[in-house]
Amino acid sequence: MFQQSSYTDHLTFFQKIRSFDIILILSILALGFIGVISMYSSDGGEFSYHTTSHIIRFGVFFVLMLFLSFVRIKFWYSIGYFFYFIVVLLLIYASFYGITASGSQRWINLYLINLQPSELMKISIIVCFAKYYHRMQISNVNRFRNLVSPVILLVIPVILVISQPDLGTSILIALSGVVVIWLSGVNIKYFIYSGLVLIISAPFVISFLKPYQKLRILSFFDPERDPLGAGYQIIQSKIAVGSGGLSGKGFLKGTQSYLEFLPEKHTDFIFTLFSEEFGFLGSIGLLLIYSIMIYRIISIGSLARSFFAKLYCYGFASAIFIYIVVNMSMVLGLLPIVGSPLPIISYGGSSMLATMTGLSIVMSAKIYHRQLIS
Amino acid sequence: MISSSDSGIGKKLNVISRRMFILSSAKVIIFGGIFARLFSLQINENKKYLTLSDKNRLREWRLPPVRGDFLDYFGKIIAGNSEVYQLHIIPEEVSNFKSLMVRLKEILSLSENEYNKILRRKEQRKPWQTLIISENLSWEQFSKINLYLHELDGAKPVLSISRNYPYKDSFTHVLGYVSRASVSDLNENEVIKNNHVPGLRVGKIGLEKTFEKDLIGTNGVQRYEVNAYGKRINQLDHVEGIKGKNINLTIDTDVQVLSNELLKNKSGSIVVMDIYTGEVIAMHSSPSFDPNLFFHGISSEEWNTIRDNPLKPLLNKTISGLYSPGSTIKPLVALSALENDVISPNLKIECTGVTELYGQKYHCWKDEGHGFMSLRNAIKQSCDTYFYEVARRLGVDRLNLTSKKYGLGEKTMSGVFLDEKEGLVPSTKWKKNNLGRGWVLGETLITGIGQGYIQTTPMQLCLMTAQLANGGFKIYPKINKNESNLSLETIKNIISEKTLEKDGKGFGIIETGKKLLKYQDNEFEPLFRNQENVKFVLEAMFGATNELYGTSFASRFDDKKYQFAGKTGTAQVRKITEEQRELDLKTSQIAYEQRDHALYVAYGPYANPRYAVSIIVEHGGSGGKVAAPIAKKLFKLVIDKHDLREKIRMEKIKTT
Repeated sequence: MFQQSSYTDHLTFFQKIRSFDIILILSILALGFIGVISMYSSDGGEFSYHTTSHIIRFGVFFVLMLFLSFVRIKFWYSIGYFFYFIVVLLLIYASFYGITASGSQRWINLYLINLQPSELMKISIIVCFAKYYHRMQISNVNRFRNLVSPVILLVIPVILVISQPDLGTSILIALSGVVVIWLSGVNIKYFIYSGLVLIISAPFVISFLKPYQKLRILSFFDPERDPLGAGYQIIQSKIAVGSGGLSGKGFLKGTQSYLEFLPEKHTDFIFTLFSEEFGFLGSIGLLLIYSIMIYRIISIGSLARSFFAKLYCYGFASAIFIYIVVNMSMVLGLLPIVGSPLPIISYGGSSMLATMTGLSIVMSAKIYHRQLIS
Repeated sequence: MISSSDSGIGKKLNVISRRMFILSSAKVIIFGGIFARLFSLQINENKKYLTLSDKNRLREWRLPPVRGDFLDYFGKIIAGNSEVYQLHIIPEEVSNFKSLMVRLKEILSLSENEYNKILRRKEQRKPWQTLIISENLSWEQFSKINLYLHELDGAKPVLSISRNYPYKDSFTHVLGYVSRASVSDLNENEVIKNNHVPGLRVGKIGLEKTFEKDLIGTNGVQRYEVNAYGKRINQLDHVEGIKGKNINLTIDTDVQVLSNELLKNKSGSIVVMDIYTGEVIAMHSSPSFDPNLFFHGISSEEWNTIRDNPLKPLLNKTISGLYSPGSTIKPLVALSALENDVISPNLKIECTGVTELYGQKYHCWKDEGHGFMSLRNAIKQSCDTYFYEVARRLGVDRLNLTSKKYGLGEKTMSGVFLDEKEGLVPSTKWKKNNLGRGWVLGETLITGIGQGYIQTTPMQLCLMTAQLANGGFKIYPKINKNESNLSLETIKNIISEKTLEKDGKGFGIIETGKKLLKYQDNEFEPLFRNQENVKFVLEAMFGATNELYGTSFASRFDDKKYQFAGKTGTAQVRKITEEQRELDLKTSQIAYEQRDHALYVAYGPYANPRYAVSIIVEHGGSGGKVAAPIAKKLFKLVIDKHDLREKIRMEKIKTT
């Protein structure tokens, strides 16, 4: 107690620097580098639009993350609900005044960047839930009254994002939220019940899906039924990855992505391009870097003394894991195609901003890991 | 730890740690699943996906083969390839197809019909396949397109090649024409199938069809790397196609073109042949049409005009037109009679203008009669009465044998012209078998003047004349220059060898000679029993053209160089009743389709025969008035070109 109280708030700048998690930062830089070279390759081997803007975004947001690392973990705790409500307001704003692109109204024009609030929601939902469960007694967690509010908090953004429509992001938000709820100790039976309800209501949900979404789900189960339509992307992606082989076709030599057989090669299908050019070994290497990053985030979580920081780190690590798994499973033909970026590597400002913000909270949890929130 | 004292917080930490542990284990398993998936795709099934990716990447374009040319005897191109300007569009490369088409419609002034046709064609094809908007842009259209090209995004003016027949309608029936390959073309001809590309033109008729195998050439191949949309990114490979073989013909363009002019506005045909080599120097059927029309697809209007023309421009009359030979058969009848010893040349018969047989009257063309006639005079003045008697004595079956010997009643160029007719030389047996009735003597009489059942093609008549003119030796008509390798000297040697051999005085070197020279087995085989008979007939034909009262006396040449000998023929196309005979109408007073066909066969120059012609002018009237003057103009040109032709022949023989 003595140690702790004397250590609380008074860290010198160098102490803070020293407590940076070097391995985490190195893995982020490694992913950033992979993102840049993949972007360079997807631009056909030249520094054109996607590459340069990816470099700038990564640079800017990386520095931003380092600065935000100095923000006390307490601050994130205190603005937890506020952050959530701001993002919900942005979502509502986007659904009325947002920019429409490729059939979906999900961006807000902020002059400098087009912000996609649904990406920020991926982080704010975790912060919000971490705060919600921070002070709650374990015995109260399973009380009905205390179960209703997180469900409402989760359903609002999911419905807002689904109506944009953006099925992929809404699934990711829902999964991130559910993981945090589960980690906080909610009884397993509630998950089983709601899972059952979901399966029973699936046919009704499917009937509300847009035709193209239904097609995607159908073509997931049988890509060859329409090889030039919805199944096309899965087939082409599998061809690209499969033809990569053990060591890949070599940097800038991936014919499938270069020749535009790949859809969305900058964003959702960037892993396909990477995997075609760097093969099995490259892909395993990438998985390894992600694993190290997730492992570091979990370690920071277990180190943290405050329940908020712990819950946040565990939740965020799981969320990152989910993003990776959903994206990779999709391009490898293990899941239906839903729009979901690969963290840090995929092209996209909002996704990068959200991931970096999330990471900065993890960094701050590391720096202030002894800090208790009362 | 301070928190451990609080059991609630401790329990909470326990729960989260336990659950995080479960979650982490799940993460490891799931990552393992992705690892396994990557392994199966990239290591296990790598080969399969590599093949698929190559298939994705490479696309092969076969280029249309370049067709071989047709050259005439002197090396002039009579069917070649010329450059045309075309307009191509690859629909998937066009951002706004509809607006582009509307703009093009305006610029090229396409009709509504053409416009819809193009749109329909677009629907039938893959979006990356070339859509040909226009196959033959006029220079004006081409420059207009280039002027507006900046606003015609996706339109590509292209230089392409098309079949070109520079002499238009002069060679139509010889060469035929090319047009888009049909399904049956592909099924019938393996070579076409192997070299087929969309839009390939193949021979539909005539020599273009016969020599398809040689002419077609082979495809060029271009391999491109393509992107997902089939757009060419990068050319990887280009294999040059091989142009088809050129075919050299024995035809003389000048004579052919003259034939076309001489038969302008007439229906009929001209055949000119070398009497020793069998080379066809000209063969023209009139009316003709422009074969260039067929390359880009003829309009139904133009096609209907050609098809419905009563003068039958689609028929190659030289080999598929069947005619009664009329009096042109008389030299052969005379020869047959002499050879069979039924008459002597001195036989005198009185012509009173009409003969009666079993109550049926048989008229001579000259109503008042020719008076007493000898065989020579009968040929010269074409006395029908005389030949009724000759035929009666000869009988139709013996005439049949002689006629067949000289090439009537069978195909003359069966391997070359696929639509050739064989004609008909009647015999008693033929009538019994085909009509089921016995032969009647009256039919023998009219067969003797080339009427009745007998039917011949102009090519057969020319061949018959040529085989008489060369002294009575078998020849085969040829149109492929490469098949004719013998000089006149060699042929004359062979002929005299064969004559001696026939008479039992041969030296026995023929067998080896034959093999060396590779001519057809019975080529130059003597067709006579006694060559004097042939000479007699030829001399009589000289009289018919060059002596007073001869039927073609008006068309003679006095210059020995051009002097020719021929036999006129006027073939009736209807039965003349006694009433009509009384009227004695002039040709112009008879309805066109009722008028007689005018025929003429001749050889020249008389002193040293080399060429034979046969001319038919359908419904032209009398052979002497209409057909013989045409022969005069032909002989002039053919004989004028003789020296040049022989020079080329000798050069060719020297080089081979």
